[in-house]
Amino acid sequence: MEPRAVGAPATVGTSLPRVDGVAKVTGRARYLDDLDAPGVWYGATVRSKIPHGVLDGFDLDPGYDWAGTGTVFVTAADIPGKNMILLIEEDQVALVPVGGRVMHVDEALALVAAPTKALAIAACAAVTPRITVKPAIFTMDAALAAEVKLYGDDNVYKQFLIRKGHARDAEFEAIVAGAAHVIEGEYVTGAQEQMYIEPQAMMAEWREGRCYIVGSMQCPYYVHKAMKALLGCGPTDVVIAQSVTGGGFGGKEEYPSMLAGHVALLAHKAQRAVKIVYERDEDIAATTKRHPARTRHRLAVDAAGEIVAIDVDCVMDGGAYLTLSPVVLSRGVLHAAGPYRCAVTRVRGRCVATNHPPHGAFRGFGAPQTTFPYERQIEKLAVLRGEDPLALRTRLALRKGDSTATSQILGASVGSDEVLTAIRDCAGTPPVRAGVAANGSPLRRGRGVCFYFHGAGFTGSGEARLAGRAQVAVVAGGRFEVRASSTDIGQGAITMFTQIASDALNVDPARVVVVDPNTRDVPDSGPTVASRTCMVVGGVVDRCCRRVRGRLEAWGREHGVTGDLAALANAYVESGAPELADMVQYEPPPGIAWDDATYTGAAYPVFGWGACLVDVEVDLDTYEVKLLRCVQAIDVGKAINPIIVKGQIEGGTLQALGWALLENIVYREGRVANASMTNCIVPTFADAPELETIMVEVPYPFGPSGAKGVGEIPMDGPAAAVANAVSDALGCAFDEIPILPEVVAASRDRWRLA
Amino acid sequence: MTPETAYTRPRDLAEALAVRAAQPSWMVLAGGTDLMVSAIHKRVPAGILDLWRLPGVGAITEGAGGGLVIGAGATWLEIGRDARVAKAWSPLALAAREIGALQIQARGTLGGNIGTSSPVGDSLPALLALDAEIEVASVRGRRRVPYAAWCTGYRTTALAADELIVAAHLPPLAAGTHLAWRKVGTRRAQSISKVMGAAAMRVECGVVTDARIALGAVADRPIRIAAVEQAVRGLARAAAAEAARAAMRGAIRPIDDVRSSASYRDLVAENLVARFFSGMI
Ligand SMILES: Cc1cc2nc3c(=O)[nH]c(=O)nc-3n(C[C@H](O)[C@H](O)[C@H](O)COP(=O)(O)OP(=O)(O)OC[C@H]3O[C@@H](n4cnc5c(N)ncnc54)[C@H](O)[C@@H]3O)c2cc1C
Repeated sequence: MEPRAVGAPATVGTSLPRVDGVAKVTGRARYLDDLDAPGVWYGATVRSKIPHGVLDGFDLDPGYDWAGTGTVFVTAADIPGKNMILLIEEDQVALVPVGGRVMHVDEALALVAAPTKALAIAACAAVTPRITVKPAIFTMDAALAAEVKLYGDDNVYKQFLIRKGHARDAEFEAIVAGAAHVIEGEYVTGAQEQMYIEPQAMMAEWREGRCYIVGSMQCPYYVHKAMKALLGCGPTDVVIAQSVTGGGFGGKEEYPSMLAGHVALLAHKAQRAVKIVYERDEDIAATTKRHPARTRHRLAVDAAGEIVAIDVDCVMDGGAYLTLSPVVLSRGVLHAAGPYRCAVTRVRGRCVATNHPPHGAFRGFGAPQTTFPYERQIEKLAVLRGEDPLALRTRLALRKGDSTATSQILGASVGSDEVLTAIRDCAGTPPVRAGVAANGSPLRRGRGVCFYFHGAGFTGSGEARLAGRAQVAVVAGGRFEVRASSTDIGQGAITMFTQIASDALNVDPARVVVVDPNTRDVPDSGPTVASRTCMVVGGVVDRCCRRVRGRLEAWGREHGVTGDLAALANAYVESGAPELADMVQYEPPPGIAWDDATYTGAAYPVFGWGACLVDVEVDLDTYEVKLLRCVQAIDVGKAINPIIVKGQIEGGTLQALGWALLENIVYREGRVANASMTNCIVPTFADAPELETIMVEVPYPFGPSGAKGVGEIPMDGPAAAVANAVSDALGCAFDEIPILPEVVAASRDRWRLA
Repeated sequence: MTPETAYTRPRDLAEALAVRAAQPSWMVLAGGTDLMVSAIHKRVPAGILDLWRLPGVGAITEGAGGGLVIGAGATWLEIGRDARVAKAWSPLALAAREIGALQIQARGTLGGNIGTSSPVGDSLPALLALDAEIEVASVRGRRRVPYAAWCTGYRTTALAADELIVAAHLPPLAAGTHLAWRKVGTRRAQSISKVMGAAAMRVECGVVTDARIALGAVADRPIRIAAVEQAVRGLARAAAAEAARAAMRGAIRPIDDVRSSASYRDLVAENLVARFFSGMI
């Protein structure tokens, strides 16, 4: 980094207070529910109670005063453009048309808007959809059997087969057959609710033929793309703006397009602003969750304990529409062989259609589902060989120069040794095996570790295709505007951009203004997903700032203006010259080659690396698992803002611990039976141990100041570490999560207590 | 609340009882932590009788003969922090500290828990094991009902339409009485119980001479387990634990729901009841 002028110390690497922090903790930040438009009406959604069928029509109860209240009723017939939530494929409708297929419980069938929320709820209750019921499917096996066809002929949304070190199955099987040991297992991971604190919320208004939509979202340009198709309009006829967003975790990646479409249609028909803020129950019941997955894994090793072959077959339940499933599955299979050296691997993945509400994006995006199986398998290898679990992982870990399952040769920024060493150094002695609680309950304790990696940024050629852009402009008051469509959803993006920009411009952070994203004023930086905002868009902002700085300094020399950059900026604006702004587009680092046809090559520009240690205590009277200790060591390249990065790691870790032990979506005939905060359990502070976080920094040469992704990686590993620890405590294998007390109770016959 | 809903916050119990007698259909509101949850599913009440911090019914005072009287308006925070409750009637203090989390404990009241008398009301097995009596008042006068006779079914109670709950009376416990409390919830805070229980066991010369064992979340209402209470009488601790375990088999018929399974509840209830005896300190 270049030397800085006196008075502007580097902020990167320091924990600058959150730029949005004061407004959020004092309640000044305005979330969508706080925003008002004059004369705004409230919308509500008529939903299906049937998992699969044909919509025959609607009965409107004349007991509700439709005319007197002015209530508008919107169906698919009111859609001006294509009845489609455009994302990857054109399969998901915004509203099921009469005569069309109902694909899941709580699918949107029609909409109402009324002057008050109470009236909207009453109007909604006055609409009864008529549906002819068809047989539905709820399991991956039923989907694969394809007796009921939901998608194509085989119900498979997407499949992948990635081969390394062999050409055909027979060849692969011969290598497995020659191994000294083959460890086989089947692993199941459950659905998971994002449980962002702010429910899905959106408001729309039409002014002079143009549709303005504001709401809680991760990706304004995803919504923009979907609205152009749904409303049948040009790119400037619809403007999407993000309001302050209370969490996303992937849950506000695809669903906001659906809700935006709904408020846009209602506002169009009502000829006034309309807003919808989901109730918690509705949000849990109707919006996307993490894909449940079932993975069969074979790990073949030779007599010396070297891995000779890895075989993975993963099936995910995509739910009723394709949504983002192919991409989730892609990330899942790309991580499925794990961060271990192996010359021969075969990874198969399929994502299938069922009549569950669509599963979708959730922090980790398929990788947690495939990390759990391989880290259980490696643990079984350690048990089989009587080898120390950390030593075994260290022995087999990928390092610089090694090749992954997609034959990617790892270059710079491989932190495998660093994270494993960090865990080894702080591990201490394992907890005493047996004990008795104060209330008399017998206890058994155990320890589990895991080692994992997570690709940062979009898969393969994704980043090059996205060509994310950002703009930096000189504005009045000696300030600099950062214009990017990356959203701050609580993860600290605004602060991170501020730090990168202030360092690159060599100005005080107070002179940097990160504008609230909307599709009229900011370029498309790509979606706020895939741990890419800092590494990719932050890098673009950094380059952009340096160019603006260079131009401003040149202008100063030319016009004989002296002073620091803020003074130059001020002078520039006052000179009346046209806006000085620069737009930079992402350029992939050199040497990134990816083949989409064979799924080989550089799957990701770089990986983050993680290792985790968990100590547990199982109460043999109540079968509850208590977390005694959880340490995460994660290689983030560079922590731009250490407290924010620590927050990301702790939050992701807690989500993973909850997924491992508590979080259980109870589906009954395709309906979420526990759609409330009371019964859809997520961990509280009382359920978490003091989380220990070790930040490891092995810089990535192409990230801003060496930074690479951190958002998702902490979610990947802890579930396996927990299962390994519980397996250690009770002497038997736990291959399915969540490990609810009910599951532990049912395993009593298998315990081998030491 | 809509503009048509009447609202009264009486100054004292007499005024409250008068309003109650005149408007038996009005919602009786204490901390509101149960009522707010169900409000969205219910019709807007004609009126609200707000008892929050009503003078005279929130105190914790010493009763006759060494007992304790806990006013209906006492919050879980107050009960959980009261040294007398913690010392001599510990199951109630422990239950108080495990209800909801701090915000709920600061607002939720004993009277509300008793008023709702849900099968998962955490204080209720404690009241059963401690042999508590519920005192109610109306313009007609006062009466006392043992908790065992109070809850008459799934969320139904012996409260008459003109009555208000004023207190729970905890009798003093005989020397040599051991107390226990366990809650097993869906997580460690803000959780609804899957199984919880309280026990009061009198041990004389190493032998259990009397026991009251109460469980919640395993039936349509909080219940005492008579089979266990009888089986343990006259037995030494270890033998009592075994006898309790045997007596638990078939003693309860819990249900499957979204929070847990019947078999888990059955098994854990058995373990906890046996542990009340073997883990006794
Ligand atoms: C997030 C959350 C967590 C919770 N966790 C727990 C928990 O862990 N364990 C648990 O047991 N409960 C829990 N509850 C439920 C609730 O907090 C308790 O039942 C509490 O004791 C209710 O007291 P309240 O004063 O708020 O009752 P209110 O809601 O005011 O009233 C409850 C009922 O009692 C009646 N009532 C109240 N006072 C009187 C009176 N003096 N005379 C006659 N009738 C009266 C009311 O009419 C109403 O029917 C939780 C609730 C929430 C919202």
